[in-house]
Amino acid sequence: MIEFNGTNALYWSRLSSRKTYGAILEEIAPEYPNLMVLVADVAASAGLTVFSQKFPSQFLNVGIAEQNMIGVAAGLAKARKCVFAASFAPFASMRCYEMIRNYLGYMNLNVKVVGLASGLSMGVGGNTHYGLEDLAITKMIPNLTVVSPADCTETAKAILALTDYKGPAYLRLTGVAGNPAVYKEDYTFELGKGIVLREGKDIAIIATGTMVYESIRASRVLQRKNIDCTIVDMHTIKPLDIKLLDQLFASHKLIVTVEEHSIIGGLGSAVAEHKTGIVNTPKQIMIGLPDTFGKAGDYPWLLAQYGLTAKAIAEKIEKEWMTIEKGGN
Amino acid sequence: MNIRKHEKPERLKKMANAVRCDILRMTLKAGKQGGHIGGAFSCAEILAVLYGAVMNVTPENAEAQERDRFILSKGHSAVALYSALYENGFLTEDELNTFEKDGSLFQTHCIENHKCGIEISSGSLGVGLSVGVGMALAGQRENAGYRVFVLLGNGECNEGCIWEAGMLAGQLGLDHLIAIVDNNQMQLDGESSNIIALNQLDCMFSAMGWNVIQTDGHDVAGLVQAFSRILQNGKPTVIIADTIKGKGCSLTEKKAEFHHAVISQEQYNDAMKELQND
Repeated sequence: MIEFNGTNALYWSRLSSRKTYGAILEEIAPEYPNLMVLVADVAASAGLTVFSQKFPSQFLNVGIAEQNMIGVAAGLAKARKCVFAASFAPFASMRCYEMIRNYLGYMNLNVKVVGLASGLSMGVGGNTHYGLEDLAITKMIPNLTVVSPADCTETAKAILALTDYKGPAYLRLTGVAGNPAVYKEDYTFELGKGIVLREGKDIAIIATGTMVYESIRASRVLQRKNIDCTIVDMHTIKPLDIKLLDQLFASHKLIVTVEEHSIIGGLGSAVAEHKTGIVNTPKQIMIGLPDTFGKAGDYPWLLAQYGLTAKAIAEKIEKEWMTIEKGGN
Repeated sequence: MNIRKHEKPERLKKMANAVRCDILRMTLKAGKQGGHIGGAFSCAEILAVLYGAVMNVTPENAEAQERDRFILSKGHSAVALYSALYENGFLTEDELNTFEKDGSLFQTHCIENHKCGIEISSGSLGVGLSVGVGMALAGQRENAGYRVFVLLGNGECNEGCIWEAGMLAGQLGLDHLIAIVDNNQMQLDGESSNIIALNQLDCMFSAMGWNVIQTDGHDVAGLVQAFSRILQNGKPTVIIADTIKGKGCSLTEKKAEFHHAVISQEQYNDAMKELQND
């Protein structure tokens, strides 16, 4: 039984989301004899070294072969296993994309593909190792649920929810060791249901992954300037919580989406795709990564470069808000 | 390996011939949609032997846990699989006749359908062996005893994923996994020797830790013999079945243009005459 409290939140944060992944699977393995955990030579990176020793019958390292990993996962799921299969995000989502589409989406198999260290968190690793497009491409596949937790506690919540959910999913893990915690106590997490973390009247900031925390901090900056923001943790990109979105559109003057992902195809696009069919909705601005391969560097430096810090997010929103206030929308 | 050795070669030969007749009939009925005749004809005996003498799978146990699994990795030969399933009572004639009709479950490339004995959706080449590895691995860990048979094309072996799966199967010692290569030496663009020759498939599988058995893929007695020689010795097995693309009638044999073709009534009549005289 996993406990959700401040102590564990801190512990998991120190581990990083990808090592929290391994730690949680290790906790739940005995309760789920049908669980099978596959890695493509990333056991240590995914925090699964102990798991591999403690539960060898529920573990397999397929080697550096992501395409085969998805096929093997499909075969195991056919034999009634619940399979988690992980690699670094670009390899887990792109190298084997067609296998995910044909075997997991098309045949609706119970496999959770896990993209580790997504976004820019691989830092000096450079563009080959960044996960900038994974939300875009995975959310296009029918039957696939796409989840992007805000922090390590939510990573734990998402793993538990996905273990009980029978179907294919992509779990996108962002951030590094020491990433701040959004959640420090137990709360209700439900796939497909966004979480309103703060209620405001002017602007609705809809964020996912690491950008939830930065958005909360940005909202504090804005609050001091009497700009009142709602903050939503949109942890499930697909199915998107359109009921919540409709409420946000009806009660705010500006919609802002924030994500550590390309501005093409991610959360911002998903929100815009829904919004475009509804009349008289507020303007939306999308904060995310530009459509470019940028330079590599340390993770915090990268976030700053791309304006994905609380300060930069607040500035961008404030500028937009001033235009709206002046009636210049 | 435990197989039904008592099955008479004549019966299996007849089944293979019936499979070819069904393939031809369905291709004619499909009209302008045509059919993948070449690769379907080349695996007729392989399918007849698998369903007629080797696999423990029947319409009655098609969804039972203990059944043997068959994966058609070369999914474009679905028309051959439908025919073999029809000849063995998994499909009705009415179902077979919906081949390539709008909205049918029996299209050019097969769609997962457990009731009818179709284990997976396939069509994109190179992944059936991976799925077979997953199924065989589950069986190995649970001591389930079922066997997994995967039919590959030699052209399909151009795909890297085949080798990823092959290496892993060797590493894991999946001796309930049997791959059969329908080695007709041709692919969409013509003769494999001009594209990717792969004329040392035996050495390649052997190097990955597989048992390798080579046989004539059109000799039913030879195929039965090959399956009976499979040892469950901690290694997966590949049967490299040398075949002829389009085997069965002069119209189609070794003709690259019959990889996928639309046939006329006249071609059908001539080809059918040849098949029936066999």
